[in-house]
Amino acid sequence: MTRARVWRTVTPWLYLAVPLALLITFTYIPVGNMIRDSFTDWDGVSPDRDYVGTRNYVELFTRPELFQVFFVSIYYLVASVVQIVLALYFATVLSFDLRFRNLFKGILFFPYLINGVAIGLVFLYFFQPHGTLDTVLSAFGVHGHHFWLGSGRMANTSLAGVSVWRFMGLNFVLFLGAIQSIPGELYEASELDGANRWQQFRHIIAPGIKPVLSLSAILAISGSLSAFEIPFIMTNGAAGTQTFVIQTVKLAFEFNKMGLASAAAVALLVIILLVTWLQRVVVPDERNDLV
Amino acid sequence: MKRTALAGSLLATMALLATACGGGGSSSSGGESAASPTDPSKVTGDIKVLTQRTDLVQDGTMKKYAAEFNKLYPKVHVTFEGITDYEGEVKIRMNTSNYGDVLMIPAAIKTDDYPKFFASLGTADELGKKYTFTEKATVGGKVYGIANFANVDGFVYNKAVWQQAGIADWPKTPDEFLTDLSAIKSKTSATPYYTNYKDGWPLTGWTQVQGSVTCDPKATDAPASQSDPWQAGTDLNVGDTLLYNIVHGKLSEQDPTTTNWENSKNLLATGKIGTMWLGSWAIVQMQDAAKKAGKDPSEIGYMPFPSQKDGKFCTPVAPDYQEAVNIHSGHKAAARAWIDWFTDKSGYVQTNQAVPTLRGGAMPTALKPFQDAGVQFVEMSQAQSAKVTSIDNQSEIGMTNKPDYRQHLIDVARGAAGGDLPGIFADLAKKWSSAQKTASL
Repeated sequence: MTRARVWRTVTPWLYLAVPLALLITFTYIPVGNMIRDSFTDWDGVSPDRDYVGTRNYVELFTRPELFQVFFVSIYYLVASVVQIVLALYFATVLSFDLRFRNLFKGILFFPYLINGVAIGLVFLYFFQPHGTLDTVLSAFGVHGHHFWLGSGRMANTSLAGVSVWRFMGLNFVLFLGAIQSIPGELYEASELDGANRWQQFRHIIAPGIKPVLSLSAILAISGSLSAFEIPFIMTNGAAGTQTFVIQTVKLAFEFNKMGLASAAAVALLVIILLVTWLQRVVVPDERNDLV
Repeated sequence: MKRTALAGSLLATMALLATACGGGGSSSSGGESAASPTDPSKVTGDIKVLTQRTDLVQDGTMKKYAAEFNKLYPKVHVTFEGITDYEGEVKIRMNTSNYGDVLMIPAAIKTDDYPKFFASLGTADELGKKYTFTEKATVGGKVYGIANFANVDGFVYNKAVWQQAGIADWPKTPDEFLTDLSAIKSKTSATPYYTNYKDGWPLTGWTQVQGSVTCDPKATDAPASQSDPWQAGTDLNVGDTLLYNIVHGKLSEQDPTTTNWENSKNLLATGKIGTMWLGSWAIVQMQDAAKKAGKDPSEIGYMPFPSQKDGKFCTPVAPDYQEAVNIHSGHKAAARAWIDWFTDKSGYVQTNQAVPTLRGGAMPTALKPFQDAGVQFVEMSQAQSAKVTSIDNQSEIGMTNKPDYRQHLIDVARGAAGGDLPGIFADLAKKWSSAQKTASL
């Protein structure tokens, strides 16, 4: 091998070294540790841990109440459908020439840039009885106060609403990027053929952004199964808003069952992988020239 | 395609290798001790003290304590690290050896593991004569932690509000208490009772009713052997029933899910809240809030749980955090000197109106009304606390220091969740008794 050839093989790895090191340090090692811990009875603090085989998994799958919390995910799943539809609508509208287009883009994307903790705290005041939301509603003639975070259905709907507000910007930007990469000639050609806006969307935009749409669907499903930040900060899982991840965190850090919690986390990982795989089987990803 | 598969398997192998190396944690054998130094002038070293009182670190109060300490121990340099989420953060740091020289023992540490993390401070016989509650941190006849102070538990209340409602005396039964709260609701604009549901931890204080009703110092140990700690007549049953009835009778705040602890101090001090169940440590904070709001701090009152045995109120006395010396500390003598001085001589206990753990110490002035009224101070036994915590964690109830089950109780009481009180108690008992069988003790 000549010097040049050695360099040619080594160079890509040199470029990859830093991201790979970060990926391994912060993703693969922790995941590996988690899988190992799921076979122990570790309490999260003690220097000793004993291997207990599959006991944690047996316990996890023989306690149906641990999986009941997935019903809460349905709220987030419905919310993410709303989120995708809204994002798609705004992305389509804003991909055409429009006044203040960039301003609207900024406004829609802005929530995604705010820290999740800050959002939780802001919305806590927003949802207080006689708080911001009630005040705004009374301007429209809906007087009195509501317990937006009061109980199960209402609280979960409110929290899912916050999640729509927060994550719609991301979907929006993904869709917008995909739409803008569709060559402009296609629109011109279709206009010449007399297509209206809906027909342009149906036959040019929708097929053109299909890979991004299916990616968004996967992200939405895995996101709603593992909803955590907003409900954890705003209600800490009280009043029937406990999600699977909050439950796992409580098992690990409140009841010191690190082993069982790791097993639960592994189960969630497997469920999400399964859902993704299923989705790929049902909606196969065709090679698309547009994106 | 082949290339990516290769890279993938390479990654997986590397990750596995790294996993095998990472974590694990070194286990130290224990057995080290931190004895009290005899000659203050010879004690040297830099020590770091971990504390959850971030407010005292920031406003310089802790530095003043350190300066006082230096008058006696000139060669010791003390620094402080205030940690807001003390429990969560310190617990994780204890996987390393870097957790300060002096720290308060996080609740998550199993008592049996104390010798692996902390230096022993002396024998149980010897230290038990000097301090109360040493049994809570005793393993194999050696003590690993000393509580700086203890607390009693009761209701903090706004005297003006209660007077305005026409109530002169402390209620003597839970029913009288509820009647009084109803009077506050109808005659004043105050919220009679505030649960602090959202912040959660103030709800955990309701476990400290143990001993208020039965006046039994062993009430804290009883759940270790009881199959149903919530059976009729127990402290927990009476306490949780009272909480349920307060919320069920709409005598607490309208929306518990959006409460705010910091704000609640001001609300109580200004008479917008009538009452809150809290440890005696809260009295000083409420008085401060009153001063800040321009009110008279003497308006803050403290009353025992509304229950009497043989014509006397009882109030349980239980230890606060226990201070320990890190087994990895390089300056154990200096660390021990700080604990001794801070507990015995600093005046911290008196300033905070806390109950001293140093035997023979005087009760704080804030509790003078209790003494005048002949309230019995019941020193709660800590002998079984390790066992109770272990069953509690196994059951996932969180009786000892988690708010979850009382949040659920409040949800049921206000109609936000289905069920009823007997159902809650039955469910708790079922979880408790089955955990008793499976908990590793």
